[in-house]
Amino acid sequence: MFRILACRMIVPNMHILTVEAPAVAREVQPGQFIIIRAEEEGERIPLSVSDWDRERGTVTTIFMSIGRTTHRLARLRSGEYLPTVVGPLGNASEIEHFGTVLLLGGCYGIGSLYPIARALKEKGNRVFVVIEARSSYLFYWEDRYRMLVDGVHHITRDGSKGIKGHIGRVPEILASLGEPVDRVIINGCTFCLKRGSDATRALGITTIVDLNPIMIDGTGMCGVCRVTVGGETKFACVQGPEFDGHEVDWEELSQRRKTYMAEEVIPLRTSKCEEHMHGEEHERKEKHGQAAAPGEPPGRERKQPQHTGEVS
Amino acid sequence: MAEKKEKKPLDLNRRQMPKQPPEVRKYNFNEVAFGYPEDVAVEEAKRCIMCKKARCVQNCPVEIDIPAFIQAVADRNFAEGIRIIKQKNCLPAICGRVCPQEDQCEKTCTLVKKEGQLAIGRLERFLADWEARQGHVEMPDIPEWTGKNVAVVGGGPAGLTVAGDLILRGHRVTIFEALHRLGGVLVYGIPEFRLPKEIVNREVEYLKRLGVEVHTDFVVGKTRTIDSLLEEYDAIFVGSGAGLPWFMNIPGENLNGVYSANEYLTRLNLMKGYLFPTYHTPIKAHRRVAVIGGGNVAMDCARSALRLGAESRIIYRRSREELPARFEEVENAEEEGVIFDFLTLPLRYIGDENGWVKEMVIQKMELGEPDDSGRRRPVPIEGSEETWPVDAVVCAIGNSPNPLIGTTTPGLKLGKKGNIEADEETGMTSREKIWAGGDIVTGAATVILAMGAGRKAANSIHDYLMGGNGHGNGADDGSGANTASDANAGADQNTT
Repeated sequence: MFRILACRMIVPNMHILTVEAPAVAREVQPGQFIIIRAEEEGERIPLSVSDWDRERGTVTTIFMSIGRTTHRLARLRSGEYLPTVVGPLGNASEIEHFGTVLLLGGCYGIGSLYPIARALKEKGNRVFVVIEARSSYLFYWEDRYRMLVDGVHHITRDGSKGIKGHIGRVPEILASLGEPVDRVIINGCTFCLKRGSDATRALGITTIVDLNPIMIDGTGMCGVCRVTVGGETKFACVQGPEFDGHEVDWEELSQRRKTYMAEEVIPLRTSKCEEHMHGEEHERKEKHGQAAAPGEPPGRERKQPQHTGEVS
Repeated sequence: MAEKKEKKPLDLNRRQMPKQPPEVRKYNFNEVAFGYPEDVAVEEAKRCIMCKKARCVQNCPVEIDIPAFIQAVADRNFAEGIRIIKQKNCLPAICGRVCPQEDQCEKTCTLVKKEGQLAIGRLERFLADWEARQGHVEMPDIPEWTGKNVAVVGGGPAGLTVAGDLILRGHRVTIFEALHRLGGVLVYGIPEFRLPKEIVNREVEYLKRLGVEVHTDFVVGKTRTIDSLLEEYDAIFVGSGAGLPWFMNIPGENLNGVYSANEYLTRLNLMKGYLFPTYHTPIKAHRRVAVIGGGNVAMDCARSALRLGAESRIIYRRSREELPARFEEVENAEEEGVIFDFLTLPLRYIGDENGWVKEMVIQKMELGEPDDSGRRRPVPIEGSEETWPVDAVVCAIGNSPNPLIGTTTPGLKLGKKGNIEADEETGMTSREKIWAGGDIVTGAATVILAMGAGRKAANSIHDYLMGGNGHGNGADDGSGANTASDANAGADQNTT
């Protein structure tokens, strides 16, 4: 059992979880992930590691409340326990002196890029960060990044901060840096990874993506995480999770991630009462909201987004 | 005693084990066979002719004293029977169910020539279940601590055997398991209807009661390396089991609805997908499932798919005679209505607009000359391609050994397929203090072979820890489990 030290919403729908897992904390490297179960009957899901404290023996992850397991996880509070926290899994990020590196993050990817940024700075790289969200109130850890890297840029879909548009507009930021970029690393949802990779392809910049397929054991046994990279089947849990973004078969990955979309919806329909219990859930938004909605009565009360600027 | 038996006429009526009828069991995940009732077990045991040279024992990977426990059943002394088995085998309820006895002990039974071989496996199962039912589990004496610590990597059949053997010889044993439950393939692979998980848990609890320490959610090679563990442990046994599943490398294998057998079975068994949504891991109830392969794993997948409500078929490129699965499992599958398509090879899978498999193109085969394995080679029949509708495919053609230890342990000699190279008799690897056994060494094999490898490794580890070279019989009297002399030897050396 693994004790939760902190679990709270950091921006709407995005949660930060710190859990005691000394064995994981001792070994974890940037780019690695953990697999957790939120309860005894729960699924095993992979979550990127966003930070750790080797001395305290803690691991921190940022996750989006999007399916049954993450909904449950978001309801847990400090002092409660997770039955499974296993890791660190996957290969560590390749960290070298590359020169200038641009990190591109959206959603939970903003958090999981942080250890990579820190390690790249330690190797003497110049590091720029582009964070992307639907609106400015969904950004977090900006101050952490400002203190660490050489520049933070924003893209918002509503234009409330930085460039208005999608991650596809990253070439404009690349052009504005005034120095050549040697490597781009992207972390976020599959859509974000794909669009980011598409944007850098023509520029010929090495682009590394952190893939997020469905996993069960995470140790190279079950094979559900297979992805096609450069025409070859790879197992993301042991051969990844980082791959060359220009070589990934994005369509296949998106389809495979949708395998259990219908099953994700069933429990959300049948356990509405439980869902409301802690009163801290928010409507599932964007495309996932639409996928989850059919059959639900509309008009569920929507809370105002809470702004939590400071994070421990 | 044996002389008296010889005068008795031979009873060749191998007693049947009652089963759930096929038309009932195909709709549930409960265990198929009920096990012998007491009287039938005794009748069956009495059929044993008590050969002086018991060839059944020679053919048992863990060398159980078979005639002795059979005699105990015949005498209705069940407590003695289970005690005899447990001297050699700490997982009898499991082995009685999943061992391929027809290729081992029962194959060399003297009665086999008259087709009345003794049902040794069923009797083993009977005793284990009898012990569990009557509630009192006899705990063996544990010798004083030898001062030695052993780490076991992987809580599957090989690792559990090593742990059980070494704890009974006075060593401290810690199992590191990557998943959240102990049992390895016994919990993630073999379905409930063939091996109820309650039984695995029972055997695991027994080991814990003996004092085996367990760390689940611990991936050796990731959470800690072998070399890091060696700072604390005097010996390490690696039984990390199955690795990356094999696919055929034909087009369409990454479509949705194409699973590896490992994924399909793990969802069902370890994660209890058949109880979704009470348990949260989903598994699809497809309409037409094609399982590729002819081994026990393929049978498990096909019979599981059936229970989830699908029309389920086995696609195998050779003929019925070459099926590697146990005959009993093939028979069970047929009774339940699994369709067998022999001499059939999948060529490619075709997906729909959403990336889900909808059809498979197959080719018919015929048998040609024997190949290296001695089986007749399947040869494609030209122009025999057909397109069949399917909405799920389970690829059950095996897997490579798990890569995590091999790639993170410098100096550990690996074979061509990434398996750890280990001595067949001792389980010793190319590195001192490291032993290995089970699927990580042999590639996909059976539970009992993994247990046999664990047994040999445990003997070697014990010999090494007591000052031997890992080969000798100095510290081991050959009995395989704890004896007074072993215990004393251990205690003597570590009086501090």
